[in-house]
Parts: sequence; structure tokens; C-alpha cells
Amino acid sequence: MTDPTDTPYPAAQLHFGVFFQGVNHWTIWSDPTSGSQIDPASYRRVAQTAERGLFDAFFLGEGLRLREVDGRVHDLDIAGRPDAITQLAALAAVTDRIGLVSTSNTTFNEPVDLAHRLSSLDLLSDGRAGWNVVTTDNAWTGANFRRGGYLDHADRYVRAEQFLTVARAMWDSWDDDAIAATRQAQSWADRSAISPVRVRSTQFDVEIVPTLPRSPQGHPVIFQAGDSGEGRDFAARNADVIFSAHGTDFDDALAFATDVRARLRAAGRPDDDIRILPGTEIIIGDTEAEAQEKLHWVRRGQVTPRTALTIAGLVWNRDLSDRDADGPLPAEDPIVAENDGSFGSRRTKDPYAVVRSWREQAEANHWTLREAVIALGPQRGHVGTPSGLADRFAHFVRHGAVDGFNVSPYIIPDGLDDIVDKLVPELQERGVYRTAYAGTTLREHLGLRPPLTHRAADRRRAG
Amino acid sequence: MTLHLAVEIDGDGDHPEAWRRATHPPRELLTPRRVARVAAIAENAGFTLVTLDDEVLPPAGVAGRVGAIERAAFVAASTSVLAVAPVVSTTYAEPFHVSSQLATLDHLSAGRAGWVVSASADAAAARAWGRPQVPAEGLGNEARDAMTVVVDLWDSWEDDAVIRDVTTSRYLDRDRLHYIDFTGDTFAVKGPAIVPRPPQGRPVVFAPPALIDAGVNADVALVSRPTRATAAARTFVEVEIALDTADATAEARIAALGGWPNTDRQRYTGTAAGLVAWLAAVHGQVDGVRLHALVLDEDLAVLSSLVVPSLLEAGVVARPLPGATLRTTLGLPRPVSRFAAPSTLAEVR
Repeated sequence: MTDPTDTPYPAAQLHFGVFFQGVNHWTIWSDPTSGSQIDPASYRRVAQTAERGLFDAFFLGEGLRLREVDGRVHDLDIAGRPDAITQLAALAAVTDRIGLVSTSNTTFNEPVDLAHRLSSLDLLSDGRAGWNVVTTDNAWTGANFRRGGYLDHADRYVRAEQFLTVARAMWDSWDDDAIAATRQAQSWADRSAISPVRVRSTQFDVEIVPTLPRSPQGHPVIFQAGDSGEGRDFAARNADVIFSAHGTDFDDALAFATDVRARLRAAGRPDDDIRILPGTEIIIGDTEAEAQEKLHWVRRGQVTPRTALTIAGLVWNRDLSDRDADGPLPAEDPIVAENDGSFGSRRTKDPYAVVRSWREQAEANHWTLREAVIALGPQRGHVGTPSGLADRFAHFVRHGAVDGFNVSPYIIPDGLDDIVDKLVPELQERGVYRTAYAGTTLREHLGLRPPLTHRAADRRRAG
Repeated sequence: MTLHLAVEIDGDGDHPEAWRRATHPPRELLTPRRVARVAAIAENAGFTLVTLDDEVLPPAGVAGRVGAIERAAFVAASTSVLAVAPVVSTTYAEPFHVSSQLATLDHLSAGRAGWVVSASADAAAARAWGRPQVPAEGLGNEARDAMTVVVDLWDSWEDDAVIRDVTTSRYLDRDRLHYIDFTGDTFAVKGPAIVPRPPQGRPVVFAPPALIDAGVNADVALVSRPTRATAAARTFVEVEIALDTADATAEARIAALGGWPNTDRQRYTGTAAGLVAWLAAVHGQVDGVRLHALVLDEDLAVLSSLVVPSLLEAGVVARPLPGATLRTTLGLPRPVSRFAAPSTLAEVR
């Protein structure tokens, strides 16, 4: 183990979130221990296990349309999940400390509704709410909403940023002493201490009298996941936490973190103002061999023969469902097609190049189609023994490559048990993981500064 | 059939100035502890249901309000037999979201969810949403269309759509999932839902006669006179109450708040025993009552210590049974998905 004082961030602490995915093939459903994706007991179990493991946050994604392949509902993966904020409000009643983060869209929501829901969650949890801000623009998703596919792709971050401006104005609209101290007061609230929000921008024309005060953490913590340059700049201006896709390879993670720090400085923020929590999967074995064996089991559970044919079908843009997954790669060339936003059309940019590379590697390694899909799919996650993983994670965090991980269990609801029971104690022994919650709010868990608009207000008052 | 008791638990009571007589300081109103405490009193007393009022505009009197769906979810997780029905407006909200939220509430309460359908007439609501105002004469149609979409989305997953068939690698049977393909006057929704069918099939829908007349298909009519409605399977009458407490008569309590203007609802003011007699008398004329208390902290205390125990003893009301859904408690059948193929049903039978 390296001496932490020789590292750039010797006092750095690792933060864990848990991402209950509710969709896609990374959650195995075929194993007998796999539980319900909708029963509240599954959510309670995962959240309470994470809280036992002193995690910062419990994280839910968002579904606005069931995934489709070739115009039909995709039937191989788990699907069918709760509305995130509603589910999290229930979890607020059965947890005490863990943060509760909802992924919610700025395109198919309006601030008066969504910002108020997030405030409601924040108050019901005594300051534990987070919001993963996501944008969508496609008409395929819009088909479930009043305005349809009204938003140009180029405007999705414009709307998101304007949405955040309205949301923050709503969250800042009540002075902290707006509510009367006693029942003898002249009115329940001092109306002059509640500022109406009037916004006219290219995306919004609203006039709102907000109905909630700030929570103990000021604002819900803002998460952001976009990886494009535009998304990273949006995060640098607005986010408290980045839920990145750069957490497997150390150099890749460090390059991403370095890029984010540069963008933060450019945005006029301190370069430690954002926590970087890549999404990941953690597979633990008591020995390296056992961990590798479990990895093999997990991947084969995730990528069933039919799932392999579907994934390969997305690369080739051909229906391969009648092929043998344990046979060779398809001999045909891929077809280039448009992306309409549905799962089944999220196709590779240059399918010819991808297929060529798949063929070369499959030939060199004597892989079947399914083996190729497993080996060449996104190499996400960390595999090892508790002590090996703890060393690796301590290295990541003390070198500023990540601030922690948002972990997706490959099985629900027991998939977090190994991490909490075996990995967390090893991390604590290395001094990179808390041994008790120090604060009560999500903002405190993450060690974040006050909300951005509060700092501006504080500066105005000081100046 | 026993009489079902519902109580509206928004804010500090029905009176805009109710907060002055609350047992807690104003800043306690918006805390989770307050929400959980009121729900626990109602559950322990033996109420069938609590409702939670909502609108994007500030309520009269107090300026703050936690969202009804979020409070309902919190209450559902803090209780075990009490049903919970948030008020959700149909005028500007996205029907897709409303359907998902209420379906989620039904899942996390194991079938104890209801929905009090409302409409937003105020121009300020349109300005807050940033939408053109729906004129008064359009509110009913909007409610009908939104309600149709919400219910169709609940039906869009048949009960057994999750098959987990390891032999074919299929998690879902897509033949049991349905596009709703709704097209109305002002919007269209494709479906299917993202939430599996709720435990009750459809959470119980409550609506006032005006919206039922406009085409909202409700399970329970919320009426202002104790006469059974014909357009819904069940009828609850809306009753405002102010009860004598150990410290003050109902009249004195109303006077202390500067009076209580009459509405079109029923109103009872007086002793607990008088309310017990009044409720015993309406039993048989309607299926339930929804109580709107002058001051929750005062009137709910009297309801739970005197009124409900007397009604339980007299057999006029019954506690909801552990494990029962709200539909079961109200004696309502569990609806079959309207998309379910008849042949499948025949096989099930």
C-alpha cells in the first residue's frame, strides 16, 4: 500500500452512491435470488443496505417510454419501474441519512411542478434530495407528452439551463425567516419575505408564487451525467456532482477529472467544487480466482444468448434473432440507419469500422458471437478481492481521478451486501471511507459548498 | 355495508386561520414529522382514508404546502392500513406523469391509493405552468381526457405482463403490453406506461359531480348533499365539521377565528355525540363521508377520542382490514385491464 502522504490528495474520501437501475440488461433477472423490480420491499432493502454501508446516496433513473427494438417493446430486459420522486418520498420515511436522488427530465417537465416536487422531497427528507438533470429531445419520447417532440436537439441544454434558473429562483424565493415564529403573529408567513418568480426567456414565460421554503441543505444537490463537451460545460456551470462514465480505467478517469477541473476554473468556480462519481459495477470474490469466476457468471447472466443477438443486431442494424449466439459472427455487412431516439436505434456511428474490429478480435481470440458481445461490450466495473479493490479505490481517490462511485448492483435486492459487508470495512481501514455519517444532509455527506446562488447572494451581501 | 370515514389532512385545517389554533408553531407545518403524526392519528383512530389537497397556487391562509403526491407516498410508507388519496389536478399536468405517480403510490402502499381528481380554474395556475389558460368551459373536457389517459396507462400493462421466462430469456410478454394511442382535443399519448399495472388494477378515483358530468369516470362521487349519486359506484358526502372540545365549544372556536363562511358542503358544528348521531343517520344514504375539520389538531383529536370509537362500537363504521386494498375495503371490484384479450380471461376463469 502506498503512503497516502505521497499522493496529491492524501485526505481524500471515497463516496458511494447506489443506482437502482430498473432497466437494461445489466441487472440480472434470471437468477432465483433476483427480486421484484417494483415491490417497495426491494427499494427499501437496497436503500437500507446502502445506509448501513454509510453511502451518500440512493439513485433512481427515469423512464419516459418503454424501450423498443424494431418498433416493438424490448422484452428481454427488466422493465417496469416506479416514478422516481414518488418512490423516493416513500424511502424518506424509512431511511434517516442517505441522500435520495431522482433523475428527472427538463424537456418533458415544467419548473412549477418539478422544482416543487424536488423541494417537497427535500423537506420530507430533511435535506437529502438530489436531482440528476437530464435532457431529451426526441419525438419518440415526446409521443407520451402534451407537447410531443417540440424541442430542437440544439436547444436541449438551453432549456435545461433556463429550467435550472427558474428552479433555483423558486428554491430561493422564501427568506429563511419567512414563516412566522409563533401562532400570535399577524400572518402565517411574511408575504414580503416570499418573492414571486417571474421569468421570460426563450423557453419559459412563467409567473410563480412558490409555496415552499428552503430545506436544511438549501437546494437539492444537482447531479449531471452528460458526457459531450456541451454536457461537461453545462455541468461546470451548474452541477454539484457529475455522474460520469469514466471510472474503470485509471488514466481515463484522471483525464476526465482533469478536464472537469479545467472547465470548473473556466466557469469561475473552485476546481474542487464538483464531486465526480462514475457509474460502475463492483464484483467481489474472496480470492482473485473467485472474483473472475463470478465475473464470468455475471456477464453470462447479463448477456443471455438472445440478448447477445439483440446487441449484435444493434451493431449490424439487422434482425439477427434467428442466428446462433454460440456460433460465428454474422457474415453480412452492417446497415447504416437513422437514430429516432428509441433504444433499438441507438446505433453505432460507423458500424462498418465496429464490425471490422469485432471480426478481427473474434477471429484472433476464437470467440463466438456471444463471447464477442461480452468481451467487446462496455468494460465497466471493477473486479477483485475486498482488499485489492480497496487498494485500487484508495489509489483512484487519492490521485484525484474520482471522488467515489455510483454503484449499480447486478442483482436486486441483495447485490450491495458484499460491498457493504466486505469492501467498506477495508476502505475504512485505509482511511478513505467514513466510519459514521458526520452530517444529516446529502450536501453535507458530499462535503459540498452551499448552493451556487447562495454564494452569489452571500457575496452581494458582503460587498 | 359500513360507513367509510375519510378526512382531509392538508395544512392545519379547513379554515384559512386554522394555524392559529394548531398545537404546533407555524414552521412545524411543513415538516415530515407533522405529516406522519396526523396520518398516524387518522390510522389509529380507524379512518379508511386520508386525502391531501393540492394546487400549484398557495393555499389560503398558510403560504406553504408540500406536494400532495410526495406527502401521500411518505404517508403510505409510514402507515399500514390507512388509504391515501392525493388531489391531483388534470388541467396542466402531464397525464403520463400523473399516471406513473399514482401507479407508484399504489405499488408502494400495496393497493391503498386513491386519486381525488380536480381541475384548475384560476388564471394564475396557467401563468405558473406557462401555458395558455384553459377556459372554464374547457376544464371538464381536459379532465375527462387526462383521466382517460391516466386510466388507460394503468391498463396498458396487463397484470401478468412480467413473465420472467428463463427458457425463452423473456422478462416481459409484449403481447400483454399495449399502446394506448390516445388522441384527444389538446394532446395525444402513445403509451404504454413505464410502471407495471397497480396492485388495485386502478387506484380508486374520486371526483366531484361537475367533473363526473363532464365525463370523468369515477369510482366515488364526492357530493355536497347526503344523497347517493347515480353516476358512480360509491358516494361520499363532503362534511365540514367543528366540534366542541374540552376547552371550547365549536361556536366559540369558530368565533375566535373570526367566523367560518358557509360553502355548499354539509356542515356540522357541536358535540361529538351529535356528530355520531348525524353520521349514524347518513349511514345508508351514502357510502362514506369526507370530513373537513375546522382545525385539524383540535377536531381530529375529538374525532379519534370520541366520535370514531362510538361509531366503531355501534358498528356504523369498521376499521380497514390489514392487507385489504382500498377497493376491497370499499367493496369495489378489481377492474380487468380494458386491453386484456377476452380469450385470456376465459382461460384464467
